[in-house]
Amino acid sequence: MSEPKQTVPKPIAGVSGYIDDRIGAGNFLKRNLRKIFPDHWSFLLGEIALYSFIVILLSGTFLTFFFKPSMAHTVYEGSYAPLRGIGMSEAYKSTLEISFDVRGGLLMRQIHHWAALLFVAGMMVHMLRVFFTGAFRKPREINWIIGVLLLTLALAAGLTGYSLPDDLLSGAGLRITEGVLISLPLVGSYATFLLFGGEYPGFDVIPRFYTLHVLLIPGIILALITAHMILMWVQKHTQMPGKGRTEKNVVGAPFYPAFMAKAGAYFLFTFGVLAGLGTFAQINPVWLFGPYNPADISAGSQPDFYMGFLEGSLRLMPAWEINIGSYTLPLSVIIPALVPMGIIMTGLALWPFLEQWVTGDKREHHVCDRPRNAPVRTSVGFAGITFYGVLWLLGSNDELSVAFDVSLFATTWFGRIAVIVGPIIAFLISYRICIGLQRKDADVLGHGVESGVIKRLPHGEFVEIHVPAREDVAAHLRGKKEIPSLEAPVDERGIPAPGVRGLIGKVRLTLNRAFRADDIPLEEGHGHEEEHKAIGAGSGHKADH
Amino acid sequence: MTEHDENSAGWRSPKRVVGTPSPAESRYTLGQAEPPSPKTPVIEGVEPRDEGKGAERVVALCFLITFLAGIAFIVFYVMFQVGTIEKAQISNLALGGTLALALLALATGVTVWVRAIMPKYHLVQERHPLVSDEATRDEVGSTFLQGAAESGIPKRRLLRRTLLLAVAPLGLLPLVLLKDLGPLPGTVLRHTVWGKKTKEGKERRLIIEGTGNPIRAANFNSPGGILSVVPEGYEHDLNELAKSTLILIKFRPEELKAGTNKNWTVDGIVAYSKICTHVGCPTALYEQTTHHILCPCHQSTFDATDGARVIFGPAARPLPQLPLGLDAEGYLVAKGDFPVPPGPSFWERGDAEAEVRAKGGHA
Repeated sequence: MSEPKQTVPKPIAGVSGYIDDRIGAGNFLKRNLRKIFPDHWSFLLGEIALYSFIVILLSGTFLTFFFKPSMAHTVYEGSYAPLRGIGMSEAYKSTLEISFDVRGGLLMRQIHHWAALLFVAGMMVHMLRVFFTGAFRKPREINWIIGVLLLTLALAAGLTGYSLPDDLLSGAGLRITEGVLISLPLVGSYATFLLFGGEYPGFDVIPRFYTLHVLLIPGIILALITAHMILMWVQKHTQMPGKGRTEKNVVGAPFYPAFMAKAGAYFLFTFGVLAGLGTFAQINPVWLFGPYNPADISAGSQPDFYMGFLEGSLRLMPAWEINIGSYTLPLSVIIPALVPMGIIMTGLALWPFLEQWVTGDKREHHVCDRPRNAPVRTSVGFAGITFYGVLWLLGSNDELSVAFDVSLFATTWFGRIAVIVGPIIAFLISYRICIGLQRKDADVLGHGVESGVIKRLPHGEFVEIHVPAREDVAAHLRGKKEIPSLEAPVDERGIPAPGVRGLIGKVRLTLNRAFRADDIPLEEGHGHEEEHKAIGAGSGHKADH
Repeated sequence: MTEHDENSAGWRSPKRVVGTPSPAESRYTLGQAEPPSPKTPVIEGVEPRDEGKGAERVVALCFLITFLAGIAFIVFYVMFQVGTIEKAQISNLALGGTLALALLALATGVTVWVRAIMPKYHLVQERHPLVSDEATRDEVGSTFLQGAAESGIPKRRLLRRTLLLAVAPLGLLPLVLLKDLGPLPGTVLRHTVWGKKTKEGKERRLIIEGTGNPIRAANFNSPGGILSVVPEGYEHDLNELAKSTLILIKFRPEELKAGTNKNWTVDGIVAYSKICTHVGCPTALYEQTTHHILCPCHQSTFDATDGARVIFGPAARPLPQLPLGLDAEGYLVAKGDFPVPPGPSFWERGDAEAEVRAKGGHA
């Protein structure tokens, strides 16, 4: 540096010196102030969830100052005229008061609800990003598991929070929860009586859900998010393949000042958008639903979006129920309540280990896969999305039937078939798309990109000149890594390697072959100034572009 | 040349180039543009931006908007009171609008600041292997063994076993403590208040939900109508309503099929449990022409003329029918409890319908 050495301003130097004297923060900051964070739009998705959670904590704290988590009976005499003189619970009454008698109360309620939706949605898309780019691979499996736990806890937080206002709509959700819980074999009715303090609905469930919702679940979420962040910090963020990016480095902007400022701005954007939604987009207008009464319900009752897939699976399930001796197994409730969630959550939690077992890949991965370069994983992902999506969509089979004027019978049967056939079709289609995209990449490297320059040859033919892809583009494409093979050479006596022996070994080998099948190799160009027919019969190599 | 600056080292732009180059960028894929005159970077990978004032003014404007919106929020908080729907709505708009504006303007300002004033970074940091080296591992391993040996755990079997013995019940304590969360189910799920006489020893009347009036059979004479009914004396007992609520439908006698017990009807009036046998939602929808009862939660559909048997959806059992009768004053009363437990299925329920039929009853 040519400038004279500058000194840190006194107030900052004083405070930081004080702290450093006591905890030695200097060493930490020396290493971390300029920590590098790589850049890619998809890395921002998890941040949405993180910032939504902060907004949830802020708005939720405000709500607790006014909310009364009690099911005691009371009569409403407040500002909302249509409900005056109506008997209701303290919880519902205080929710009405927050909405109409506390300045900013309605705003905070709506921001809180929107932030909860965005929290779950942000986690879901973030998880998909991590899945499709293979960012869960070694060394990040632990953080992936933490993520799956966080998603599960977020659903629990949503379920317990949704029930608190004790309005007619949330009561329907609570009743379904009870119906599912009581259906469990052996423990169902005991679990229900413990949760509700006796018969449904009782007087205990809202105060109990309140404790879970404002203390236990957010406490665990906060601890897990902290662990999630620390691990991300220690392991450093993954990066997309590209020029100068390797498994051994991180390329990007420093934490201080750029990333810090960007992250701050992004938090403000998230908060701002949530404030805008809370202002202009009405959500959960509980005063319209009225107080909860187990004898009543309104048509078109729907849960929040993240519970939609469970609702859908309950709706699609055929009416199976079996009696064993004097005991009942209500399969029409147990299966839809447990199986789809079990498949999705267990599948997510196990996937990194399954994939590692199949590929035998024990290397560390810090450069992301592009989804196309792991066709099986990507297709499994899309199959999962389709499975979830069909269940989610059919969670509103009644609304769909009305909107498209189809009989409910047909809609439901469509769903029953689609939930099984859909994922298979999705798998096949996305597999083909991945292969196609791989071919295109191989093409760009092998033959270059169209320059848009048309040349006329002496004999009159027109050709388009192809030029090598730009350096950074090519580096991005070359980031593709081969999926390792388990096909170890057999030893002299013809005995295969230990990992692929026996029945399980053969399954493993078959899966490994499937993972590697159709891997399109990248070949570097045959000559740089390739020329292709610009007009003509379209027989040219690139004529489809 | 600023245009080139945006495109050259940028990571985002190339993706459009692959395959279908956008016209604006095709020049660069050709590699024909002159490289920019390098602005002497102070540090490698840190590329300073323009020294101009333009971006700074934009940022300052954003910050100013945030300041004004913040002040406006406070002013509006004082200005707009709440207490009616309209007032709450106006206050919500004013507070939320200014809050959103303040946050978004600040966010925009900081973003412009980062992207137009702070340098463009392309810094490289080495990753270090996460695994600790062999020597460290060995040392930790031997330290662990040494510490374990010093504690005596490996050698002293009595100590080890009694320690395990000591903590085992401690782990159970929280579970034991949870027992008083609620009573044991017993048989309460099998019975409703319909099976009990009133305090005066009379048969329990059917009460219209909402109005609280008993029902005179002669007055309920609109075939096709459906009525939500609760037990006398328990009109506001939510626990009882969650399993005892009824729907009352009047049919012409010839409409009723074998599934419905005609002895339990009065003048073609039939009472079924309103609580869905699937997961307990109230089956509140009724289609007059087809006599279908529909649960709005999961669309289980029941045939009201035929003992409310399931004709579609996930519910596995019909809605139980309640025996109806008339008291001395001509009001509808319950002649007994449901023959089987109403509401969602549970483990101990068993095939109650079969049991009733085995005893020669109607379920």
